[in-house]
Amino acid sequence: MSSTDPLLSVRNLAVTFVVRGQPAVRAVDEVSFDIRPGQYVGLVGESGSGKSVSALAVLGLLPSRGVQVSGNVLYRGTDLLTQSDAEMRKLRGREIAMVFQDPMSSLNPVVPVGVQVTEVIRRHEHADKAEARDRAESLLRKVGIPDPGRRLREYPHQLSGGMRQRVLIAIALACSPKLLIADEPTTALDVTIQAQVLEVLRELVADTDAALLLITHDLGVVAGLCDDVNVMYAGRVVESSSRNQLFAAPRHPYTGGLLASIPRLDAPRGAPLHPIPGSPTQTIPWDEGCAFAPRCHHKIDACLGTAPPLEPIGDRDLRCVHPLDAKRPTTAEAGR
Amino acid sequence: MTIPLPPSQVVPDGVIGLDADPGVGLWRGAFRRLRRNPSAIIGAVMVAIFVLVAITAPLLTSYAPGSAEWSGQVTPSSVPGPSPEHFLGLDRFGSDMWTQMVYGAQQSLVYGVVSTAIGLTVGASLGALAGGFGSVGGRIGDWVDTAVMRLVDIMLSIPSLLLAVSIAALLGQNSYAVMIAIGAAQVPIFARLLRGSMLSQGKADYVLAADALGIRKTRIVMGHVLPNSIGPTIVQATLNLATAIIEVAALSYLGLGESDPAVAEWGRMLVAAQDRFDAAPRLALLPGAAIAFAALGFTLFGEALREALDPKSRR
Repeated sequence: MSSTDPLLSVRNLAVTFVVRGQPAVRAVDEVSFDIRPGQYVGLVGESGSGKSVSALAVLGLLPSRGVQVSGNVLYRGTDLLTQSDAEMRKLRGREIAMVFQDPMSSLNPVVPVGVQVTEVIRRHEHADKAEARDRAESLLRKVGIPDPGRRLREYPHQLSGGMRQRVLIAIALACSPKLLIADEPTTALDVTIQAQVLEVLRELVADTDAALLLITHDLGVVAGLCDDVNVMYAGRVVESSSRNQLFAAPRHPYTGGLLASIPRLDAPRGAPLHPIPGSPTQTIPWDEGCAFAPRCHHKIDACLGTAPPLEPIGDRDLRCVHPLDAKRPTTAEAGR
Repeated sequence: MTIPLPPSQVVPDGVIGLDADPGVGLWRGAFRRLRRNPSAIIGAVMVAIFVLVAITAPLLTSYAPGSAEWSGQVTPSSVPGPSPEHFLGLDRFGSDMWTQMVYGAQQSLVYGVVSTAIGLTVGASLGALAGGFGSVGGRIGDWVDTAVMRLVDIMLSIPSLLLAVSIAALLGQNSYAVMIAIGAAQVPIFARLLRGSMLSQGKADYVLAADALGIRKTRIVMGHVLPNSIGPTIVQATLNLATAIIEVAALSYLGLGESDPAVAEWGRMLVAAQDRFDAAPRLALLPGAAIAFAALGFTLFGEALREALDPKSRR
């Protein structure tokens, strides 16, 4: 396997939730992306766009009942969707680890922090108690927690939110996974703490040579961290490109709208904000055309009728019949 | 108007909030809240008195329980009241009332604790089995959960006292039968309670997080789900001690309890007092009050413990 082969290759991933007596909901459809070893990839979209569900599907963490997953999730050539539960359990935490959004609820409130850090080391590396304890201490020191020996004896509620998220990052990276999936790792934190935690995340991921799949709705975080960006809307990837290209000139009207909606410090006072009109519930099913069309300022008649495929247009992959101009210099108008 | 401001507090880096002193776990925090709750203290004092009397019963009286050596003084129309030798008087069989009372406490405590322990052990095991398999899910998990809980439902469909009566009748009149009967009646309560809280904890984020780290299912259930779910069960055990003490008395009252006359038992004292109630109401009032006292103590303490362990009531 050469180094340019993808570490993780997601092909046509689809997730459908089936509840008896109700129409099936397809939360994720036709999602494909690649992550090369050591690469940082962003998965961006608003709430309900299917980002988290995609990540859970990759790790096989969706409940078996009422959920249908199809497509391929190739990790180093093996399809994870066909692996048994026992095989996935060996892989999770050691090869692919995950950091969740809410550090308050992702740690067990009645178990000391130390036990929660050491148990993953003991599970995957068969280290004895003392060895795991030493490793846990140095891990906590690495993520910037002072007095780690004392912190290990404490309970999660005695730690601040930022510290808890650091602990979760330490736990996720304890066994040096090849891929870290971070699902909105900073959403639950203050802005100042967000920056610190992101820095810790970036340093540690760089230290361990892991690849990173960063799931977020925050384009600022993506701009600071990711090499490649996949923008999702209503369960499908609508634009996929390198970070620089995406931020320089968004081609999908949704991406353009997202970028335009970021308030600018250098805008004159009182200048209006640029929200994307409508809400994500105001979408049409993909089989009736582009799901974003009802909210799109750039739509043409051809947008409705058939679903646009994701196809290479210029320097990137786009799912759009009528993309924005490639040479649009500013993004401010894109949302108008 | 000036409002005096407290001196601004400098919070050192990394120490957020006042809760951050080391080593305050769930139980220690609960203990602190207990100490601030008056009804917890009253309940604890009542329980302490009850337990102390039960344990030190032989030291509190110089007479043996159930001895009828003063039966000559009891006539069909009168039972001797308090006297220098017998400060609560005699009971209708001619035993020293105080001796009967303190040994009765011992009996109630032993019966209550043992029967609750039986109920807790069996019930919590069944509940943990159902809840553990249920929270893991899958075909086998759901099957085990359903099978265990149907069994428990059958037990629950029989009124607890009726169940206790049938078991006591089945096993004959001895102390073990009473304990098993009362314990069996508690099994469904513990089983359902523990299963319910395990199932709800099984959906918690930290379980998903542990799953995402590849931790084994048994480890997740035993190391994460169970410790989070056991609190309500412990509280229920405290409350059930009260019920058990009342049920012991009730079974004795129905004539299904301890049959050995040498054993002092509050419920049987109530039965014996029935036909002398007009002449000597204290014969019924004293054991009645003692039962109420013990049950109230455990109930107050149990309720306070429930509040103290409830995450929502934490400040």
